[in-house]
This record gives sequence, structure tokens and C-alpha cells, in this order.
Amino acid sequence: MNREQLARRVLELLTAIAPDVEADSVIPGVAFRDQFDFDSMDTLNFAIALHRELGVDVPETDYAHLASLDQCVAYLAERLD
Amino acid sequence: MLTEFRLPALGADMDAGTLVEWHVAPGDRCRRGDVVAVVETDKGAIDVEIFVDGVVRELRVPPGTRVPVGTVLAVLDTEALAAAPESLPAPPPTSTAEGAVAASQQRAKISPAARKRAQELHVDVVSLRGSGPEGAITVQDVERAGPSPQPSPQPSPAVVGEGAAGMRAAIAAAMSRSKREIPHYYLATTVDVTSAVDWLAARNAAAPVTGRLLLPVLLVKAVALACREKAGFSGFYRDGRYDESPVVHVGVAVALRGGGLVAPALADTATRSLAELMDGFRDLVTRARAGRLRASELAAPTIILTSLGEASVDTVLPIIQPPQVAIVGAGVVHVRPWVVDGRVVPRHLLTLSLAADHRVSDGRLGAHFLARIAALIADPAAL
Repeated sequence: MNREQLARRVLELLTAIAPDVEADSVIPGVAFRDQFDFDSMDTLNFAIALHRELGVDVPETDYAHLASLDQCVAYLAERLD
Repeated sequence: MLTEFRLPALGADMDAGTLVEWHVAPGDRCRRGDVVAVVETDKGAIDVEIFVDGVVRELRVPPGTRVPVGTVLAVLDTEALAAAPESLPAPPPTSTAEGAVAASQQRAKISPAARKRAQELHVDVVSLRGSGPEGAITVQDVERAGPSPQPSPQPSPAVVGEGAAGMRAAIAAAMSRSKREIPHYYLATTVDVTSAVDWLAARNAAAPVTGRLLLPVLLVKAVALACREKAGFSGFYRDGRYDESPVVHVGVAVALRGGGLVAPALADTATRSLAELMDGFRDLVTRARAGRLRASELAAPTIILTSLGEASVDTVLPIIQPPQVAIVGAGVVHVRPWVVDGRVVPRHLLTLSLAADHRVSDGRLGAHFLARIAALIADPAAL
């Protein structure tokens, strides 16, 4: 999976756990929290989705790496290598 | 005996709703707790449960009709079912009517926004396959399906006034009533939650990702246990008198993206494990935002916990939701200097607040109540 495919996949998972978020409106460099009030429940659900769909177990101590789409992709690309 | 099934009130701020669809038809049997109808309200689409066992004789309100709370929606015969032997389980759905009910109850969830779009486009949501979580139908699914060739003959004006603006109006009405009628007093205290934060971190590091807990779940349980020990905070004030609720149902305030909030209850909070409460909490948040809530969940809270920590505010001074008499607030957890055993050390601090009804309790009782919550949080393994 290249970066572009990974970004698309992450966006799919994001909008699946937060269906009230429009995929087209997500700004890659801005924190989810600042864009659409992402809270700790959203982050946990996101981590569960990443584990289930991509097989990546994100420990709580790494949640900061999931703050924005760009950060997610960078973090996951490294973890999936 | 014939019993009237009326549109229940879903808290202080709801006086009407639009019947969206029936899950039962005349002749169907239903049991207490079955979801029999979907009603669109200021709080989104709500599953309305029946409160008796019986056989549906008549549906009085057709879908698309907006009716006030208390309106007779259906008439049931409660004896038709009582005549059947009690010990036997309900027969498996064999007739087409019963099969249809079972199928409709298993069908996908749909977000309020998607439901509204479906109504605008005259899309039959029953025929859709959802692409959202747990098969929930999204706005995109509805729009993909496009307008169905046969628009419904009477586009309902009923949905006007609901959605975000309607919810804001409902919140305004409830909070105005609260501020008008309830003599609030407010208390706040700083709580050292380091032991809870450390305990959670250790527990979550060892647990699979699906087994992780969030701090609000500990707070919910602590509030519930404190309510069992201290009277005057979990119950309802109606017609000039206070009734303590025999069972504590803590409502959790859930903010909706795009504005508005709802506070559905975690039923019988005090007796449930943290893992059960976490599952319940996750389910409520998901359904509040994407799917939908049940009427009983919205009407049930005996006290509410509002956790505004996510918005990074230190202190929330919340407003009581009538007819409740108290609401507990939690701000963000900060690491700050704190004095422990005569030395300044960094600790995780949380400001816990309480708004309570002066007709029922006073500041001294409120202080005891808050102190009890703080003590319970300090020993998370015992929760």
C-alpha cells in the first residue's frame, strides 16, 4: 500500500467510525480535534478500527500520532513496514 | 382489556414528535420493551418501546404525522396475550406479519441526517444497504439511491423545525425552564486523579484495544455509587416534592458534532462493571451520533454527568435538566503542581463540579456528595 492508498484507507476508516464527518472536508494537516471535535471516544474507536482493519495495535501512549490525517499516515506507514 | 399506547415524553424539553414509521401492524403481538415505532424529535430519531405486553388492535397515527406528547398512537389488547400460557417462549416468527416485524427490527440503523435526506428525496430507507458502522445508512447511501420513481403523495411538513435548529430550541426551552424554576447552587473542587489515571494507563496497556476504558466511565461509576450513599441528588422534583429514585441511572452528556447535545442514561449504573459501562457508553455515543437512541434511555437519567474535558476547559458549571435535581461536571485533566506530604509534586488534577437544587439539598450536603465522588475515584480498583 503506497501513501496515497493508505491515506484513502485511513479516511474510509475515519468516516466509518464518525459517519457525521464528510470525507471530502478533512484537511490532512489539521488535527481531527480542531476540525470536528474529535474526542477520546472517537480516538479509541479509531484505534479499534485501525487494529481490526489494518492489524496495527496503537498503544494509548501513541495516540498523539493519530491527531491528524498526515500524522496518521506517517505513523501507520512506519508501523506497516 | 384495551390499553392506549401514548407518545411518551422524552425528558422536559420535548413536547411533540413526528411518527416516522411503525414496526408493528394490527394483529401483531408485542412484548414490553419491544421497539414498536420510530419518532423523529428534536433529539434525532428515537426508537419508542412499548410498555405492556399485548396484541396491536389499531394504529391511530399514520407515518409522517407530527403529534404532541401524550397522543394515543395505538391501541393494544393486553388480554389477548395474557390468555396464552406464560411459561412458553414467544413462538418463532412464522406468519408474514411477524416476519416483517422481525426483519424491520433487524434492519440497518440510519442517522437522523440520512433519514431527513431520505424523506426529502422520497427514498425508501428499508430498501437501502448501509455503508456506515454496523451497516448504518449514511447520507451518501441515501443520495446514491436517488429519488424513487414514486414520490409519496403527501410530503410531510412535519420535519420542519427539527434537526439542529429544533434541537437548539428544545435545549433553550429546557434550560430556560431550569433557570426559571430551579434554585441552583454550585460547588467545585479540585481532585487529585493521579491514581485513577495511572491505574487506567496500566490497565489499558495490558488490555486489547477493544478492552480499553476511558476516564469518564470511572467518573460515571463513582457518581452512581455516591448517589446510593447520599440522598438528594438522584431523583425527580415534581409537583412540589422530591422523590429519590430507587435505582440510579446516570445520564452521560454527549455532544453532537454540528451542535446540540443529548444525555442518554446508562441504566442501573451502580450495579454494572466498568467494562459493561464502557460498552454501554460507547454504544450510547455511537447511537447518539450516527444511529439513534431509545425513548427509555432519554427519559431515564436520574442525574447527569457532563464531562467537558475534551473541550479543554478547567471547570464546567452545568445547568440541571428538570425534573432532575443535580448534575455533575468534570473539566480537563491537567498535570499541575500539587502539595503532597509537604512537598510540591506534579499530579493529575481534575476540577469536579456540582450544580444541585436548593429545594432538595444544600451546600453542605453537596460538599459531602462531591467529596464522596472524589474518594471513590481515588480508589479505581474498587469501582
